Parts: sequence; structure tokens; C-alpha cells
Amino acid sequence: MTSQLTLGPVLYNWAPERWRDFYFQVADEMPVDTVFLGEVVCSKRAPLFDPFFESVVTRLENAGKKLVFSTLAEVVSGIDRRLIERVAASEEYFIEANDVSALSCLEGRPHAIGPYMNVYNEDSLTFFAENGARSICLPPELPKSGIAALGKKAHELGLVLEIQVYGRIPLALSARCYHARAHDRTKDSCQFVCDRDPDGMAVHTLEGRAFLTINGIQTMSYTCLNLAGELDELSASGISQFRISPQSTGTLSVTETFLDVLNKKVSAAEATATLQECGIGVPFSNGFYHQQAGFEWHA
Amino acid sequence: MTQLFKPELVCPAGTPAGLRTAVDAGADTVYCGFQGPTNARNFPGLNFSVAEMADSVDYAHERGAKVLAAVNSFPTAGRTEIWKKAIDDAIRIDVDAVIIADIGMAQYMSKTHPGHRIHLSVQAGASSPEAINFYCRRFDIKRVVLPRILTVQEIKKVHDEIGCEIEAFIFGNIGMMAEGRCALTNYVTGQSTNMDGVCSPASHVHYEEDEDRNLKTRLGEFAIDCIGCGEHAGYPTICKGRYNVGHRREYYAFEEPVSLNLTHLLPDLMRAGVTALKIEGRQRSRAYVRSVVSAFRQAVDCYFDGGEPDLGHLLALTEGHRETQGAFRSKTWR
Repeated sequence: MTSQLTLGPVLYNWAPERWRDFYFQVADEMPVDTVFLGEVVCSKRAPLFDPFFESVVTRLENAGKKLVFSTLAEVVSGIDRRLIERVAASEEYFIEANDVSALSCLEGRPHAIGPYMNVYNEDSLTFFAENGARSICLPPELPKSGIAALGKKAHELGLVLEIQVYGRIPLALSARCYHARAHDRTKDSCQFVCDRDPDGMAVHTLEGRAFLTINGIQTMSYTCLNLAGELDELSASGISQFRISPQSTGTLSVTETFLDVLNKKVSAAEATATLQECGIGVPFSNGFYHQQAGFEWHA
Repeated sequence: MTQLFKPELVCPAGTPAGLRTAVDAGADTVYCGFQGPTNARNFPGLNFSVAEMADSVDYAHERGAKVLAAVNSFPTAGRTEIWKKAIDDAIRIDVDAVIIADIGMAQYMSKTHPGHRIHLSVQAGASSPEAINFYCRRFDIKRVVLPRILTVQEIKKVHDEIGCEIEAFIFGNIGMMAEGRCALTNYVTGQSTNMDGVCSPASHVHYEEDEDRNLKTRLGEFAIDCIGCGEHAGYPTICKGRYNVGHRREYYAFEEPVSLNLTHLLPDLMRAGVTALKIEGRQRSRAYVRSVVSAFRQAVDCYFDGGEPDLGHLLALTEGHRETQGAFRSKTWR
């Protein structure tokens, strides 16, 4: 199976114009085959992008990108439920389910399973495949032994496997909005304060060490995942889609660099040096893959 | 007025002695796990061998109580046989239901042991009627343990739209992150909550006292709190630590060290249609289990009879002696 780069959904609350311009650039310049679109973290944010949604979709489609609509990762309120239903019911599009809530609308219909679903073993992989999944993006905490075992099973099932290879790592979801909390607000009265941090809000330990990143109800790594050095092994394990998770700067250069690695134009070490230059200026990590603490970096 | 059903009191047991204590203290149902990685409380010295659980099931059944086996962590690829064996063992020794989180294991149990009760673990993170009904339809689950992220009002709505019973947490430790969807411990220690059944493992917790006798708490390499003299501290977890975030200094970015205590919401939960009230704490001592279980036994019975129980002494049993109603009371918690 040929390897492909995909672009994960924007996970942060960017200004709508910035969001639009980013996707216009994706359509015009970015060497990715598949683009995941849609609000995954907070249903309150979704309407902010509505005014530009159609023009973004049209531009991406005209550029020949395959579009996948991602659903919300956590479902609590009526608004969350309605958003999932709205997205999952759009039958002309391919949908990525990030919560079991969306599966009700997708049973028997080809769809994708997103990285927020717990797919840790062959049995769950088989269940999702039989339920209509065509591709599955594995959870980021899986180590290489688990990925390889799932790769084998996916091959038997004719299932496409995907894994995030770049960007901050989603680690946890909560009902509480930590952005709102830091600003003495609640989720309902947040006034969208998360828009101040286009790459999330850093959490430092009391010793001053950068630790985690807050993105509304989501907690992410402070480090930036970089699996450029593991692409060959991942391909051999049966992963055929490599997901770049957008950050506020350098995402175009990041995708170009990963494509160069896939095409053997540059080494992983050269790629990592380039990624360091163009990225968001935080340390890299790849610990989960090596079955170590996730924040660690094994060069 | 909505009819009030007397809910089942579901209590934790980490050991056979703990199970007997819970049954004797008035538990309607006790939940426990096998030794090893198959349950979400995989702590040293905790949990049951198959023979121990078999004896415990007999003990409980003889006294009219039920036993639920928690097989509620997520098996990693290549190791599912261990989880399947745990499910088979649980059925063989006649537990009353198996608590399952992994969708593959739910499929296995529904196909291999049709007719036996599956309870959907809180670790499955099923919070909406759509998600819960999907599990009901596909695996015939009989009960869902709801994530601790919903208000009582939302629980009522869920109840009205689903085809199975609801079990809700009422007391004990409260993690801030949605259950089954947190990799923070793995990010810091290399041990996974979902795959290994550990959160903030004691083997990775270290305390350092500074010159002012403040106690710095570390998980792996990261300082997650610094506790001053005279401060009550709970068990250290990432989501209840203090950090510097933006303009906030020494700030509980996620939650303060509090425990869940829904004593005052019990009547509301009963009216919302909750079938079973769950107490957290399989890692707790027998003395703790005895106090908490008997207090809640009394409280549930008293509320059911229209009374107003006195539960002030439960505060002493909460973590750091501080309590919260968490997500349950109002949306302003979010």
C-alpha cells in the first residue's frame, strides 16, 4: 500500500479568518492527500467557522483533496449531541468518528475511526471493521509492538491504518474547560478565551519546567510528536497514512519535510533539523512509540 | 411526582476480606477485579485470584448480595487471551455481571456468553444516549456506569432515552479527566491507565522535603505539587497538582485535591432514575470501606423512608478532607 500524508483537524480555536486562510493554503500548496475537517474539541467553537466552511470545502475539493469530516471527541451537552448528528448525518461525506455517539449514525456505512476512540487490540479492530470502518487512526499512546500486531490484523481485514506522526499529542479530555477556569470563567461563560492561544496554553511545573498544554477541555503534550525517524518502521508495520496535526506555524514546511522523508529525499536526522527550524520551537517527543514515557525523545 | 426507586448500593472490594466487610456493612453489590492487568485498579497487593473470587461470590450470594467482576482495562494487541480468560472465569464462578470497557471484549462476551449480564464500565466513556444505545443494541448491555462528567439533570435526560440501567458514582476519588480517555500517566511514567490499569503509580511517586519543610511531590521527573506545612494533601495525581499557567502561579490548573461526595444529591439521583449508586475505592482499607458503606446504607434507607440522614462524619473520609459535588450539581463546575 502506498504511504500517504494526511492533515488532521485543527484542534485549536483560531480566528475564523486565519482558519480559512490556513485551509486555502492547504488547498493551494500542501502536499497532503486527505484533509480532516471539523471541530473535535468544543462544540461551542463550531459555529464560529460556519461562515467560511463552504468556501473552505469548495477550495479543498477543487484542489483534489479527499475530505473527511471529524466528529466531536466528547459528548456531554445537547449542543454536542446535535453537532454530532449534524456532521454524521451528512451522507455525501466520509465521516471520522471520535466518539461512540457518532457510530449510531454510521453503522453499515463506510467511515473512519478517529484517534480518540479506544482501539488497542485485534478484537476491537475487527469489530470496527465489521461495523463499516474503512480506516482507523490509532490512539497516540500505542507502542510499536501493539502497532505492528494491529498492522497485521488490519492487512487481513483490508483496513487502512493511520497514525499521528507530528504535532502536539492529545492526552486527555474533560468535561471542564481549563482555559475558562484559568480566566475565572466557566465553560458556559467562556467568551471563547481559548482563542488567545493558537497552539494552546502552556502548563509549567512549579520548578519552571514546561509540562503540558491546555486546549479548552483538552489536555495535550507540551512536546511536539515527531515520528520522522520511525516512518520506515511504521510503513513496514502496515501503517499507510501518516497524520500531521496542524500547529500555528510551519505546518506547510512540516508536510513538505515529511513527504521528503517518505520519498527518501532527506534522512530522518536532516528532517528533524528542518522540523526544529520551522516548527513551534518546543522539544520533540516519540516516547510512546518506544514504549517509554510519552514526553521522552529517542534520537 | 416521580416514583422513588430504592437504588442498589454498589461497593468496592480490593481483597476478599474487603469484600466480606462490604457485604457485612450492608452493600447490595460488591465489585472487584482479578489480579493482573485486566482491571483498572492494577495495584500491588490488590485484587483476587480466581479461587478467591469464587469463594467471595459464595459468601456474597449466601447473604443476598451480588458480585460484579471488573474486567475493564483495554487489552493490548497480542494479549487479549488474558482478558478473555478473565471473562470466562468470571462467568464460570457465577458472578452476577462483568464490567467491561473494551468494545472488542464486549463483543467477545456477548457472543461467547449470551444471556450473561454485561455492565459497560465507566472506562468506556459512554456519556450520551446515542453511545449507550449503540452498546445496548450491539452487545445487549444491561447497565452503564456513567462517566463523572454529567449533571444530575443530564443524567435524568440520559435515563429517559436509553434502554438499560444507570450506575452513578456517588463517593470517593474523582479523576478530572473523562474516564478511559486519559494518557497523562503514560506521558509521564510510561505506564498506561488504559492498557496497564494504573493512574499515578506509587512506584513513580516521590516526595522531597525542602529546607522550609515543604513537601515537593514528583511523578516521574515532573514536580506536580508542593505541599506546605499544615496543608492536607491527597494522593498525588497530575490532574490535582499545582502548576504555573499563563498569569496564574501555584495554581490548580485542573482541580483541587478534593473527593466526590454526593450525599446531598442522593434523592435527586434516585429521582433521576439511577438504578445503582457506586462508591469508589477498591484500593482503600477495610476500615474505610466499613465506615463509608454503612454510612451510605443508612443514608439510602433513610432518604427512601423520607428522612434526612446525618452524614457529617463522611467528610473526614474524603481526600485531603475536602469534598466536591463535581460535575453533578451544576454546569458551572465546568
